[in-house]
Amino acid sequence: MTSNFDINEIRRQFPILDRTVYGKPLVYFDNAATTQKPLCVIERERDYYLNENCNIHRGIHYLSQEATEAYENARKTVASFLNAKDSNEIIFTRGTTESLNLLATSHGKLLVNEGDKILVSAMEHHSNMVPWQQMIQEKHGELLVIPMDKNGVLDLNAYEELLKQSPKIVSIAHVSNTLATINPIKEMIAMAHKYDIPVIIDGAQSMAHHIIDVQDLDCEFFVFSGHKMYAPMGIGGLYGKMEWLEKMPPYQYGGEMVDKVSFEKTTFNKVPFKFEAGTPNVGAALGLEAAVKFIQSLDRKAVEEYEEHLLNYATEQLSKIEGIRFIGQAPKRSGLVSFLIGDIHPYDLGTLVDKMGVALRTGHHCAEPVMTFFDIPGTVRASFAIYNTTEEIDIFIKAVEKAANMLR
Amino acid sequence: MTIKEIQDSIVEEFSMFDDWMDRYSMLIEMGKDCPIIDAQYRNDNYLINGCQSRVWLHAKMEDGKVYFSADSDAVITKGIINLLIKVLSGQTPKDIVEADMSFLDEIGLKEHLSPTRSNGLLSMVKQMMLYAEVFNNKV
Repeated sequence: MTSNFDINEIRRQFPILDRTVYGKPLVYFDNAATTQKPLCVIERERDYYLNENCNIHRGIHYLSQEATEAYENARKTVASFLNAKDSNEIIFTRGTTESLNLLATSHGKLLVNEGDKILVSAMEHHSNMVPWQQMIQEKHGELLVIPMDKNGVLDLNAYEELLKQSPKIVSIAHVSNTLATINPIKEMIAMAHKYDIPVIIDGAQSMAHHIIDVQDLDCEFFVFSGHKMYAPMGIGGLYGKMEWLEKMPPYQYGGEMVDKVSFEKTTFNKVPFKFEAGTPNVGAALGLEAAVKFIQSLDRKAVEEYEEHLLNYATEQLSKIEGIRFIGQAPKRSGLVSFLIGDIHPYDLGTLVDKMGVALRTGHHCAEPVMTFFDIPGTVRASFAIYNTTEEIDIFIKAVEKAANMLR
Repeated sequence: MTIKEIQDSIVEEFSMFDDWMDRYSMLIEMGKDCPIIDAQYRNDNYLINGCQSRVWLHAKMEDGKVYFSADSDAVITKGIINLLIKVLSGQTPKDIVEADMSFLDEIGLKEHLSPTRSNGLLSMVKQMMLYAEVFNNKV
């Protein structure tokens, strides 16, 4: 495999990859939970606190104006990364979960009435299910679920039928965090639009790995977490079409989000500020901007190809292990591989592999309904990022084989 | 043997291995001879909270001594609960309640378990102590 980027040069930008655990070199395959951060991101946030720290939007003084400009530039960078029409269509949040809670709460006030329905898919993680479930329960409505098959592929015929029940919103993952399925979101968005139903895309697992163009997708909303795309924790966001954001009521109140306030009445600031109550995480937003620029500095097509190569190589090597069973075998997958070996409990395997320096995730991956569907207690999941190598996959395979032999 | 004597022998056994993989092999072996809980108790009422894998624990009193049985769907967890059973089973409830469990630090089991597992370990010890306390109050 030849790639258009220098993997050693990329790895040098992630100092944590040089550390050891239990005296062994770290192999970090828990990128779907959070990715590591490159120096440019760490330095950007550090520099903010060293030289620029200030509360934004309200100060008249120099630092405040400078920080406000930097923060708004970060919004522009994220907007251009997603190809949003207008940078004000980007709302900064703490991440995917907060973005989805914002949408569920706000749509709960604006759009959803008693007895209405919301449509999600069977492969959603809790963050794209529980907020909808709780909201719709309060409305005595119904949460509809797009079924999937044993390979982890959504049933689009069933989806079409469910759309006919006129759900108020469709909210689906771009890439499944347990099954790795890449859902045909463009097609699914177009299908929902035939019935005039707005669509939310959960991009938590896709934004670091794939080119996202929200105008081309034509989704109403797209949510993401910074920390899963090389940015600091505590920052993420939501893209929304302006006509939607304008009519949606605020999620939280106080701070910068107001226009005029009296004890009788409060009017709210314009989009995006209406949705950013309180002092935002400016340092992390600047870190997110640095992460976006880091990703943009790479050949995106080459990145996609390289990551696909890692996934294919890992899957190929794993399939040689006796008793291996893959959870999630959709034809189009991205970023991760979930598996079980014989009747070995995922925790046992994960614990031993950890002792050999390989960081995997075991358990239900915050997607318990998915585990229930496959009737398993959890899976072992290896998830990859741009800095991983086939050499690391070889170490991982050896560790898994050794652990499996101990446990058989 | 007293609780202290059993603990000492376990500490000695563990210290024979430098490599944690060997210690895990030992735990896995230990899991295989765990006194298995009677099927009728393998239900949610006997499930210990705080463990990522499922652990069921039962205790009964016979001739003034407490006998534990357990099971887990994960082998290493089963090894850990059996290690605790080896130490505490067949002892009087009073001795169990008063037992000093700091040998767990000595063998490094706590620090070498991930926090989630470590919490599970604490939950197991706590549950065994609770059983003993109930029996102790009945005596």
